[in-house]
Amino acid sequence: MSIHQLAVESASDHRPLIITLFSVFVAATLGITVWAGRQTKDATDFYAGGRSFSGFQNGLAISGDYMSAASFLGIAGAIALTGYDGFLYSIGFLVAWLVALLLVAEPLRNTGRYTMGDVLAYRMRQRPVRTAAGVSTIVVSIFYLLAQMAGAGVLVSLLLGITNEAGKILIVVLVGVVMILYVSIGGMKGTTWVQMVKAVMLIAGALLMTFLVLLKFDFNVSELLGEAAKNSKMGHAFLEPGLKYGATGTTKLDFISLGLALVLGTAGLPHILIRFYTVPTAKAARKSVNWAIGIIGVFYLMTIALGFGAAALLDKKTITDSNPAGNTAAPLLADELGGPVLLAVISAVAFATILAVVAGLTLASSSSFAHDLYANVIRKGEATQEEEIKAARWATVGIGIVAIVLGVFARDLNVAGLVALAFAVAASANLPTILYSLFWKRFTTQGALWSIYGGLASSVFLVLFSPVVSGNPKSSMFKDVDFHWFPLENPGLISIPLGFLLGWVGSLLSKEKPDNAKYAELEVRSLTGYGAH
Amino acid sequence: MDTAPASDRPGDQRQQEHPPYAEVQASAEFGELRRAHRSFAFPLTIAFVSWYLLYVLLSNYAGGFMDTKVAGNINVALVFGLGQFLTTFLIAWWYSRHAAAKLDPRSAAIKSSMGSDA
Repeated sequence: MSIHQLAVESASDHRPLIITLFSVFVAATLGITVWAGRQTKDATDFYAGGRSFSGFQNGLAISGDYMSAASFLGIAGAIALTGYDGFLYSIGFLVAWLVALLLVAEPLRNTGRYTMGDVLAYRMRQRPVRTAAGVSTIVVSIFYLLAQMAGAGVLVSLLLGITNEAGKILIVVLVGVVMILYVSIGGMKGTTWVQMVKAVMLIAGALLMTFLVLLKFDFNVSELLGEAAKNSKMGHAFLEPGLKYGATGTTKLDFISLGLALVLGTAGLPHILIRFYTVPTAKAARKSVNWAIGIIGVFYLMTIALGFGAAALLDKKTITDSNPAGNTAAPLLADELGGPVLLAVISAVAFATILAVVAGLTLASSSSFAHDLYANVIRKGEATQEEEIKAARWATVGIGIVAIVLGVFARDLNVAGLVALAFAVAASANLPTILYSLFWKRFTTQGALWSIYGGLASSVFLVLFSPVVSGNPKSSMFKDVDFHWFPLENPGLISIPLGFLLGWVGSLLSKEKPDNAKYAELEVRSLTGYGAH
Repeated sequence: MDTAPASDRPGDQRQQEHPPYAEVQASAEFGELRRAHRSFAFPLTIAFVSWYLLYVLLSNYAGGFMDTKVAGNINVALVFGLGQFLTTFLIAWWYSRHAAAKLDPRSAAIKSSMGSDA
């Protein structure tokens, strides 16, 4: 009998404990949500939590928003199965924060109100650019949601031993419903508090597991790595780059593509960007990024212990039998370290992780739908605050349903790989426009539209014809068909430079002159904070 | 500390609906603020992205070097990866120090010279 079956069985024995922990978390966070909902009176409360959070609180919430199922389940699994190559995720996800800190967080806080579209459309013709920003926000968030729902699905089927399709669908529906409640009732205030609670839980859980792993090896990291290498049966290759990406010239290109997407994606993720609006000033936004870098950095350092710990202490077959992409390595490791009680606790943490991130993503997409598409494009700025918030609440329900439907697919994809696709789309469609808007005088509406739609279309198109969607009988979304011709799993290598290039060419070829007065306004406000909302 | 005198901007402009953004943008004080930000953030961004890409490329194409043992089972690749963590923390700290010393005073002075928010 494999450990996986043991885990499922012991988990089944402790099903009451697991269900109690899940219920306590859901009940507590829903309580917070209702409390936050009572305090949500106007649009600034709903979209930006009244801009009342401190730098530290927001830093914690950013960490809770950012450390997703990909960071916890995905990276641990990727390292457990492919050794050193999985570690790239940790590094890229962290270094990326410097782009946000140095170039984006403060100017964005100074010039926008509620959404990424506020800044993208600032100097431009409002309706076309807001439409583009709204579409890209929703597409990026849905890619990201897909990864979280995949994580939720595998986690719950591992824990509750649910193997039939109906049971899994039921769980995904439950996650969707809780998330809709968080966002539609609590708005940004509720979501922020849920993310803070989750960040504390995740850090505590990871610290505990890291401690237990290191304890097994007398706090000797070298010994841990040695045992991981030995147990993986791949020897030192396990600790060296190239196990996953070193096979051929194509996989090496894929590694560069992934690396590029990770480092440039963060500062273009709408659900991260809107977090900067929840603090009163640009200085507080800077402080919150610094806190986030500290918290996230420590967490990613711990993924080394979690991933190599899983490789050292678990049989590889156990991990892949449970989930081919390794997504359950962290909970299986918890079971190995502390038995079913720790398994239940860590699973509750993972569940909290997923719920908090999913809430942030849903909020970003429904805010953008209501503020960019509904209020500014459809109603041309004539909608009242009440109408706008109402639209946001309905959009939440809509996005929730989309997430539920998508969550039923894509269970066998590594969630870190899936999230990397969201990063690639964000880096291709959003980052060029954000940077050009803030720093390049000659950027025009046409440049913005070419860059957003070009980056978006090329990245999504390439993913569609990549091995992620079809052609790989083991890991593709559709296993039985093969219509792939693009060899890389991550499109970033092509689509990110293309997004930047299109923004530049589109601006130079544009008949319309850049709006110098508007650029003066944006530049002065972005650097001084004058007139910030 | 570099504080522009408040008298640079006549008080009557506070009554205007739109502050004279173009004028502020063209002012020497704003030029200094912009330069203080760009001359720090742009080269540093190029530097850390290159440093990171160097790590990615070495992982891909310099296997022999990355596989070199440093101590026990710890190899150059791992040290390089941990180095990325260290430089990220250091750059974040360095930028914040730069911003507090060179950017915040300048932007506060320009902001107050523009009068209260509309």
